[in-house]
Amino acid sequence: MSADMTDPAPLAAPPDAGSIRALPSRAQARRRAARERAVGLLLPVVGAVALFVIWALVAQMKLITPILLPGPIPVLATLVQGLAGGKLMMDFAVTVLRTLEAFAISAVIGMPLGVLLGSNEKAYRSVEFLIDFFRSTPASAMIPLFLLIFGVSDFNKVAIAAFGAVLIVIFNSAYGVMNARKQRIMAARVMGASGWRVFRDVLIWESLQPSFVGLRTAVSMALVVVVVAEMFIGSTNGLGHAILDAQQVLNVKLMYAAILATGILGYLLNILFLYAERRIVHWSGR
Amino acid sequence: MTILDTPTTGQSVDSPLITIRGLVKYFGDAPLYDGFDLDIARGRIISVFGPNGCGKSTLINMMAGLIPIDGGEILFGGKTRRETRIGYVFQNYREALFPWMRTRDNIAYPLKLMGWSKARVEARVEELVASFGIGFDLNRYPYELSGGQQQTASIMRALAPGPEVVLLDEPFSALDFEMTLFIREKLQQVFMETGTTMMLVSHDLEEAVYLADEVLLLTKRPTQVAEVVRFDAARPRDLDTLSAPAFIEAKRHSLEVFQREVRK
Ligand SMILES: Nc1ncnc2c1ncn2[C@@H]1O[C@H](COP(=O)(O)OP(=O)(O)OP(=O)(O)O)[C@@H](O)[C@H]1O
Ligand SMILES: [Mg+2]
Repeated sequence: MSADMTDPAPLAAPPDAGSIRALPSRAQARRRAARERAVGLLLPVVGAVALFVIWALVAQMKLITPILLPGPIPVLATLVQGLAGGKLMMDFAVTVLRTLEAFAISAVIGMPLGVLLGSNEKAYRSVEFLIDFFRSTPASAMIPLFLLIFGVSDFNKVAIAAFGAVLIVIFNSAYGVMNARKQRIMAARVMGASGWRVFRDVLIWESLQPSFVGLRTAVSMALVVVVVAEMFIGSTNGLGHAILDAQQVLNVKLMYAAILATGILGYLLNILFLYAERRIVHWSGR
Repeated sequence: MTILDTPTTGQSVDSPLITIRGLVKYFGDAPLYDGFDLDIARGRIISVFGPNGCGKSTLINMMAGLIPIDGGEILFGGKTRRETRIGYVFQNYREALFPWMRTRDNIAYPLKLMGWSKARVEARVEELVASFGIGFDLNRYPYELSGGQQQTASIMRALAPGPEVVLLDEPFSALDFEMTLFIREKLQQVFMETGTTMMLVSHDLEEAVYLADEVLLLTKRPTQVAEVVRFDAARPRDLDTLSAPAFIEAKRHSLEVFQREVRK
């Protein structure tokens, strides 16, 4: 050890060293970290609160006629009332059910089909055009056709939403398999894995993450189509019907409440799928 | 049984383990290998060193059966690739291990493929753990481990079935210096315990000579064997090896051959 280790020479600059700022103390640093965490938690609500305030001001000052824009408080009250046992709750539940039915159909058909197609590139290439074409066709354009086939039945709405969603699932699962990391496949093969074992132990797993992206997009698509179908395929319930119905009778508060309820549903579904993805595909992004 | 399975073969120790005859490989119109011959003796560490893009990775991938060959043959003690147990260690451990399996299951995977019973797999993994003296938790997922730990797990996985040959493609290139030293010593230790034949591609000449019984120097493409440099220093080799005259001479000579080939 050198002698200056015992020398009590000051390590930090003297406090009067003008331009050099003193290092923050530990307590200060901790307080700053806590403040930054709090700010981080608050940031996401800033936009929502701002919108709410602007909405309230615009409604208060009657910049837009109250017939078109009621204030946020009555709308929220209508929303809460409706969801807490009112008609809106029924509509909400019906839409959730239809969306989930459509989604389940698309997942059950789309994932296995996509994985199979993806593991046989020739097979995928031969149907690629069809998938891309119908994926690019707005599902709403197919509503009249589905009306012809299924009539004005309840299942019609589910069927057409499932149709829109299934292509997304097939597409993402297939590409998930086709883009599986080559080296993982090589690693399995070098260990003696058969084609079936490579499929079972590697390809399916590799496709999970892109499949989840597909499922998440598909559930959003299913919701969109279900709501549209509820508006235009002789419906007596569902959020789409609630929105259109409220508009027709100029119950604007209810219309806004139903729109908000639809937004809440879409948002919750998205969050739910993100959460499930993070739990199931725990290695994603690492 | 020794700590790590020694492959049992009926062949005599002297006959070469790997024989490559008239190997041909083209990418497009350009020949990479055009009549390439090589014998590799049993129970040696062979380092492969050569110019960039001369086909080192392609060579061991063809040996591993991962890339088809266009002509010639590669035999292992007279057997085909299918009849031979080969371990392979990739440079990129991140994409070699399966992140959806715990590290323990990764190491056990080749054993499960062979249809071993649960108890036997379990015992074998414990054997490997003891031999490697690892201090990390095998119940973690690979992505929760450091790079060096992941590469250690990859090597354990390659060794688990007691392969006749282990092929390693620049296994240290993605590791920091400390981990490189650690795993290099582990590799040497495993080799001393088991005598498993290893073929290791390296871009670090010092490392190549340090680990090897033979340094396989390759030419530019179409690739041929430029020279096989022997290095017979006793094992375990250590820091002193690096300053021994025989080591310095082997390295100097290898460098000379390499530079001659690169300038051609
Ligand atoms: N799939 C492929 N298609 C076309 N050319 C290829 C392919 N794979 C390898 N090559 C070419 O073959 C040559 C040998 O490649 P290889 O990766 O075996 O070289 P290497 O000696 O391992 O190189 P490095 O020192 O960069 O690791 C290179 O010139 C490469 O461009
Ligand atoms: Mg290479």
